[in-house]
Formats: sequence, C-alpha cells, structure tokens
Amino acid sequence: MKARVHVMLKSGVLDPQGEAVRHALGQLGFDGVEGVRQGKVIELDLAETDAEQARATVTEMCEKLLANTVIESYSVEIA
Amino acid sequence: MHAAVIVFPGSNCDRDLAVAFERAGAKVSMVWHKDTALPEGVDIIGVPGGFSFGDYLRCGAIAANSPICRSVVAHAEKGGYVLGICNGFQVLTETGLLPGVLLRNANLKYICKPVDLRVETADSPFTAGYDAGQVITVPIAHHDGNYYADAETLKRLHGDARVAFTYMDNPNGSVDDIAGVLSSNRRVLGMMPHPERMAEPLHGGTQGAPMFDSLVAQLTNA
Repeated sequence: MKARVHVMLKSGVLDPQGEAVRHALGQLGFDGVEGVRQGKVIELDLAETDAEQARATVTEMCEKLLANTVIESYSVEIA
Repeated sequence: MHAAVIVFPGSNCDRDLAVAFERAGAKVSMVWHKDTALPEGVDIIGVPGGFSFGDYLRCGAIAANSPICRSVVAHAEKGGYVLGICNGFQVLTETGLLPGVLLRNANLKYICKPVDLRVETADSPFTAGYDAGQVITVPIAHHDGNYYADAETLKRLHGDARVAFTYMDNPNGSVDDIAGVLSSNRRVLGMMPHPERMAEPLHGGTQGAPMFDSLVAQLTNA
C-alpha cells in the first residue's frame, strides 16, 4: 500500500522560498503570479494492507516527524 | 560541574562548545547520538551547532528523534539544564523543549558574521554574567535562523521575560528580533548566535565567555 503526504507551510507563515520562486517567475516574464507557496511531497511504501490503519499510522508519522505542526499543515493520501 | 556535549553526524561546533565549557572549568563528556543514556552526574547538556543529518526533512528534525534526544528531553523534564546553540536551538524546538521554530532566513542567504545582541534578561543561569540591556558582539553562522512563533506564544515569551537575546540589527527576519529564548523554568536556552566562538582572545573577543563562566559558577554551587 502506498501513501503520499503533502506538507505545506500554514497560511500566515512567511515562505521566503516561495517568494523567491515567485520573483524568479516574474523575471522570466510570467506575469500575474500573485503568490507561490512551496511544500513537500513524501511518498511511503507500506507493508500495511488496511487503508484505514495505514491512514492512522501515517497521520501519527506526520504528527511525530514528517511535519512540524507549529508551522506546517499536512494531508495524507492512501492509494 | 559536568557538561555533556551531544555529537550528531554533521555537528561541527561540538569541539568549540566543549572547549568553551572546559575553559570555564567544567568537566566535559562527548556523547554520540546513538547512545541512549547520558553519563552519570551530568549537570548540563550542550546541543551544538552544525548541520545534523544534513538538515534533511527540516533542520534539527532527525536529530530531535535520535536515541540520545530522548535522554536530553528526560533530563530537561527533570529540571536539568540544556544549552542549544544554532543547530542545537533548531533541535530543541523540534523536540518541543522550546517553543517556536527556525525558518529559512528571510533574505534566503547563509549569513556568517559578528552581530550585536541585546541581553534581554539577566535572570537565568545562562545570562546572569551579563547585565540586562547590555549589548554583546557574538558571531552568527546560519541559513535557517529566522525565528517564528505564533502571536499567543510570543505574548507568553515576552510576558514571562523568556526572550534571552534580541538582535540589534535583525539579520534574518526573526519575529520581534528574537535571537534566543528560555524555557518556562529558565533552565533550557536556545540561541542562534555562537557564544562559544567568542570565548577567548584568539577568537577576537570574549563576550561569549560570561555565559560559560556563569553556568559553571552556578551549577557548581547547586
């Protein structure tokens, strides 16, 4: 079973890297990019076969390690 | 006074920190990250600067979950002293021992230079060797030193005088110019600047030395 975790900075937390990307896009002539937020995608291969159990375990992984919930939010996809 | 300095793969200020403690008169043990227990009778743990585990995932995140960090957290929870400098500060926020988090510098640059810090409180064993309001010059060397905490946390930090140091000329975008914060019991300090790199005349200054002298004096009498 595969899981995919998206980790994003929470809204309200300044994202200097996203700002730099936005600025660079502007320099390349891509006008009208009003905001860029950069995050992470983490893919996991799990031995677990039960989707609900996998979701619960991956959520615990996010809380303990994969995201820092002070500044980041996360979402979990199970496939 | 017995200090333990934790060594992670990628630590690079561990020897500097050990030398600063030794110069002040402490006995120092180096402790490898895979160790699960601290040496007997440790008074203070130093979590050094560097790039533990290559800053993978988030700076400090992997180190904060290493075997020895469970002992560091247990030591702090029993009322023990912990000093985290630079990457060590990042590790301590990741363990939850200190509030907030260190983000990428606002200008996205790695910054390595001496900076002026204002000592915001002398009420801690780390800062008792300074006067509140005193300005000291200490180097910074970091890419992720942009301190962030939510408004409620900041209010608590200011209200309890837990901001230990602020930047006179904010180099990295830190909220409220914060350079270092204390735990609620004032026994855990995290700071981005490097007092251990300004601790003897050959460093070009000794304004970091009072931190180590004060810790050794207070923890030896304790």
